[in-house]
Amino acid sequence: MTDYLLFAVFPYICLVMAIVGSIWRYTSDRFSYSSLSSQFLETRQLFWGSVAWHYGILIALTAHFVAFLIPDTILWWNGVPARLYAMEVTGFVFGLLALAGVIFLLIRRITTPRIRVVSSKMDYVLLIALLLQVATGIWTALFYRWGSSWYSAFGVPYLWSVLELRPDIQLVNNLPVITRIHIVNAYFIVLLIPFTRLVHFLSIPVEYIWRPHQIVRWYQREKVTAPNASSLVKS
Amino acid sequence: MDVRAQVSMMFHLDKCIGCHTCSIACKNIWTDREGTEYMWWNNVETKPGTGYPTQWEDQGKYKGGWEPKGDTIKLRATDKFRGLANIFHQPHLPTIDDYYEPWTYKYKDLFDTEAGDDQPTARPISLITGEYMDINAGPNWDDDLGGSEIYARNDPNLNEGEREVLLEIERLVFFYLPRICNHCLNPACVASCPSGALHKRGEDGIVLLDQNVCRAWRYCISACPYKKTYFNWKTGKSEKCILCFPRIESGQPPACFHSCVGRIRYLGVVLYDAEKIEEYASAPESELIQRQRDMILNPHDPEVIEAAGKSGVHFSMIEAAQKSPVYKFVKEWDMALPLHPEFRTLPMLFYIPPLLPVIGYVEKGNYRLDDEEFFTTLDKARLPMRYLASLFAAGDESRIRSVLEKMLAVRMYRRAQEVDDITPEQVKVLLERTGLTEKECEEIYRLTALPTFEDRFVLPPSHREYQTELAIDDPYTFKAEIGVGGSLNIDDRPHRGL
Repeated sequence: MTDYLLFAVFPYICLVMAIVGSIWRYTSDRFSYSSLSSQFLETRQLFWGSVAWHYGILIALTAHFVAFLIPDTILWWNGVPARLYAMEVTGFVFGLLALAGVIFLLIRRITTPRIRVVSSKMDYVLLIALLLQVATGIWTALFYRWGSSWYSAFGVPYLWSVLELRPDIQLVNNLPVITRIHIVNAYFIVLLIPFTRLVHFLSIPVEYIWRPHQIVRWYQREKVTAPNASSLVKS
Repeated sequence: MDVRAQVSMMFHLDKCIGCHTCSIACKNIWTDREGTEYMWWNNVETKPGTGYPTQWEDQGKYKGGWEPKGDTIKLRATDKFRGLANIFHQPHLPTIDDYYEPWTYKYKDLFDTEAGDDQPTARPISLITGEYMDINAGPNWDDDLGGSEIYARNDPNLNEGEREVLLEIERLVFFYLPRICNHCLNPACVASCPSGALHKRGEDGIVLLDQNVCRAWRYCISACPYKKTYFNWKTGKSEKCILCFPRIESGQPPACFHSCVGRIRYLGVVLYDAEKIEEYASAPESELIQRQRDMILNPHDPEVIEAAGKSGVHFSMIEAAQKSPVYKFVKEWDMALPLHPEFRTLPMLFYIPPLLPVIGYVEKGNYRLDDEEFFTTLDKARLPMRYLASLFAAGDESRIRSVLEKMLAVRMYRRAQEVDDITPEQVKVLLERTGLTEKECEEIYRLTALPTFEDRFVLPPSHREYQTELAIDDPYTFKAEIGVGGSLNIDDRPHRGL
């Protein structure tokens, strides 16, 4: 029953609330959409925390996503031990990078007086959830090898089953507790998106790459042309 | 030709007395909220000095503005891919300590302290953390050289030799530089904003920041070479000078202009050719000022008027451009120069550089000057011409000299009339050398010394009849709300995100 709630019901609660919540926040309180950067108040520690965290988690997340799309290719790739090791070591290194980053960010937020002032409760909730997520991920990679293979074999089909609205909890029944925490906590983080600064990840500014440098906004609805501009010409 | 209108500005530094009334007027209206305590959208700097934020002109440190790249230009530190790679941490972003940490005093202690042998004191506490702090810098910390040579010595515009020479007592000199947002034609803040929050208002060229679109990527702060966009640490959004557009729209000049005691500020519309922005901003450094002047079009030219009408510039705007005092100073008389044109943002705030005192010597306890020829005094000015050129002319001293000669010529022209110790022949020589006519001298004199409120501020027409319809389709959308879209609940101010 617990399994059913955690792996077949909770995901949908989180997803629906994340989507509805994000849209609701965007329409009702657009001003609050922000990454709420604190670099202006403290920059040196942020460098070590933020850069390590973001690059670490981006690579790790991308790896999860790629395996989600092409699990068979990952399994084929892992068929040769050397390639499997390369895959696992790469994932592990970026996982560690993210772990170091998130720990650094948490310590910075707690110990720097200026940063404490601009911290909300949800900031701490989010950071702890992220820390838990990365820690359980690294734990899984370290003690239940080879994660990239059985994620592709069990995790990915389960995720697809959730996405296709026929959740198959048999696939996750026998996973280690740590890994199950990893999965449930992932849903929780999705749930947090509209309720924390995590909304900034919905506004990744890709458009900037191809948009022209300068932006002009015309505030009048229609361009007002000159009715008799010629009268301004002095003969 | 894509003609657009720009509300542009001119500050006459020869008249600035450094009283900071402008800064206070701005502060009281726009930046007296939490998170904005440290912001001075309008600030007045003592030059030579380090400025606000400290050493903002040093782009080796802050990497703001544009730099040439092949035939065109790119943002110095924050352009496209390279900029986005630094989105998680910007290496050249100033922090609050480059401005100053805002503070108040714990006045409560003065009342609550128990009786004792010592006087109670109100210790400074930080307006950010609320903790006790030592004040290391504050607004106008280097005002009038700040009682120290440190600030003048560290001015990025001075070279090594000048640093030493400047502090000889006979040379000691400073002047004031009021700064607001330049509302540039090629703004680096707009170009660098990944979210597209910053934009130029099409109707009058005011550079605005849409806080509902801002995501605190903070590129604008790094990119603006004048450091005139600011980060509100409380709301997590950027803010900047809005040229008091609500005042302009209701027929009043911006607060800093209105309150200026020395009446140094002028405001007027100029028409420019928007198609030329990229080409002219990419010109060689020595041509930048000339190019920027070329871009400003003659509002009396029939071709310009026709093209302006076609591109949607209202005829009353063209009319305002024809009366613009800024156009006269910048284009007709060529007397006003942009601040640091080498940043290539095409700033639309122009300055008339100050005529500084000349070097003298002390003889028998009296301070004396050398025999003065009219123009040789310029070479004996206490501040080297090179210094002014580094501020206002990308290093081109001849431009500064030409402006100062014109100012001297107008003075001599008037002196010939009022004091009569200068002959008409002498005046004629001066006029020939500067290319000014007597009529122009008279006009410059009147617009410099005797301008009325209406002479100084030729505001763009506001046209409320069009503006009530801005971006609102149904006029009843905001019925029973304050203004255009405000809430009746006063606590419903925009608040920081979760």
